[in-house]
Amino acid sequence: MNDKLYKILLFVTALLMPIVCGGVVFALVTDAYEAFEHFGFLNFLTSSEWSYTEGDEHYGALPFITGTLMTTLLALIFCIPFSLPVALFVGEYFKGTRIAAVLSTVTDLLAGIPSIIYGLWGFYTLRPIIMALNISPQGSGILTASLVLAIMIIPYASSLSAEFIKMVPNDLKEGAYSLGATRAEVIGKIVFPVAGSGIFSSYILAIGRALGETMTVTMLIGNTNNIPESITSTGNSMASIIANQFGEADGLRLSSLIAIGLILFLITAAINMIGKIMIKRTRIS
Amino acid sequence: MKKIFQSVMTLAIALMMVSCGANSNNGSRKAQELSGAGATFPLPFYNVVFEKFAEVNGDAVAYGGIGSGGGIRNLRDKIVDFAGSDAFLSDKEMKEMDPVIHIPTCMGAVVLAYNLDGVDNLRLSGDVIADIFAGEIKMWNDARLKELNPDAELPAEAIIPVFRSDGSGTTFIFTDYLTKVSPTWANKYGAGKSVNFPSGQAAKGNPGVAGVIKQTKNTIGYVGSEYAFAQKIPYAQIQNMRGEFVLPSSKSISAAASGEIPADTRCSITNADAAGAYPISTFTWMIIYKEQNYSDRSKEQAAATLDMLKYILSDEIQAITSEVHYAPLPAKARELSLNNLKSVTYDGVSILQ
Repeated sequence: MNDKLYKILLFVTALLMPIVCGGVVFALVTDAYEAFEHFGFLNFLTSSEWSYTEGDEHYGALPFITGTLMTTLLALIFCIPFSLPVALFVGEYFKGTRIAAVLSTVTDLLAGIPSIIYGLWGFYTLRPIIMALNISPQGSGILTASLVLAIMIIPYASSLSAEFIKMVPNDLKEGAYSLGATRAEVIGKIVFPVAGSGIFSSYILAIGRALGETMTVTMLIGNTNNIPESITSTGNSMASIIANQFGEADGLRLSSLIAIGLILFLITAAINMIGKIMIKRTRIS
Repeated sequence: MKKIFQSVMTLAIALMMVSCGANSNNGSRKAQELSGAGATFPLPFYNVVFEKFAEVNGDAVAYGGIGSGGGIRNLRDKIVDFAGSDAFLSDKEMKEMDPVIHIPTCMGAVVLAYNLDGVDNLRLSGDVIADIFAGEIKMWNDARLKELNPDAELPAEAIIPVFRSDGSGTTFIFTDYLTKVSPTWANKYGAGKSVNFPSGQAAKGNPGVAGVIKQTKNTIGYVGSEYAFAQKIPYAQIQNMRGEFVLPSSKSISAAASGEIPADTRCSITNADAAGAYPISTFTWMIIYKEQNYSDRSKEQAAATLDMLKYILSDEIQAITSEVHYAPLPAKARELSLNNLKSVTYDGVSILQ
């Protein structure tokens, strides 16, 4: 009897999650429908106009898709030189030592800092530096947002990569050493090829985190609704336009914001799916 | 015997006090819980008002600062007792809703805050502000700025305009003013809670804009007066319709409303033609339905809503507006509003006699 109850309970809770997820998609699609119907799906994706003029509203998602992709990609590029050495340090060079434990704990701590704190740090510390270096007069922009995002996603990329690097079989590495390979050669020719798709997937998950980041980006990106001309100019991301304009939006604009939410949801889901598939592939090999 | 009598009396007094606490001050109805939502601009003022109202009248008021648009949406959905808004409803919006009335609660302004080394007394005119925000005037040492500020040492630096990234009543008031003073602005950008500003950078909320200005040299942006006054950010003198350069203050803001006010109080007082008037001033309103019987509201709740509005219009509350960095309503606006409150009904019967 008890066993049966337990089973039912499990079944219900397990079923609840897909229902919630399906409900979110359903709500997004129904509320976004008005915008897609009014502008056309493709036109909405490719239009760079975001204009509120009453009676002649035009909303397009391109500036925000561009902003999101630019900040995410740049953050990824900035994050690799830090997260990859940390992963190698923890997972290979100093595997199992106390210093590796300290380093990985400290890096993981970065993941626990609330995003508003990163935003404030970026606003009061990094932004004045960018201004002082004459990179951009107003300090905020794609570059500033990406730099802070990079720091935020380092722990996601490095701790998972370290796990995959640790998983590389010792037999393989010892084989290489016995053939006279240097440590660098072992890393380049054994560790990376074997753990490669695992490391790749950990970066995919880090991207997923950067895509949806809202608060930090809103505080640092400058919030201008046009396609950024360069990495130092201001722009806006999908998450931050929603956070900025949801409060006062209604009608077509509200629907357009929800449509952007739906697109963001789909992009994030797709990227996470790719990550999951890659992880699975590493395990099999 | 005496002791028993004493304790019975104490109990009776205590009971009376308790029952007083649960009733409104005149004892004619039970204490109500009112809810409203809307503009963030008057929020600090409302917090003080509602606290005092709870003390004197026993009715609790919960107000959510979710923005004017959100407040009106909630009123349209009939889930609040009143909405707060910095912009009055247009004729078109009025038509889409059941009849409502607007009650102004206090006045405020939008100030132009700036961060400019060595300049602490900036003077601006309407068309110059419009051209700065349109990106036409790009440098601080532009000839037109020099003409307005002959004594200031304006640096040869690019101007960084800062505007609101979220939809806001503050943006509406500011662009409403620009639309009146600059035909080019009116044609190209117009007035609204969100406007496509062509240059500069944006930040969320008054604190966001003020923060960017404080932290960034050569910026200029528009901020709600209540915020600028409390934060002591430098702000510019603005030339009004009569050609005077006026700093925003409780007095100069109230002066902007000294002209004609329509019976329903729905009017924009930006660029007002009055002596000593600060040109980017505004009323902020509470909006309620004329017919108060909706969404299962009780008659007592409707009465409490009107009590609250009457309380806000009272001398006592209007006197504290300037303490919390707003400006009091002119007598005319209060008179009209008290009159408008009389038209509010419950089941078709007027509530106030």
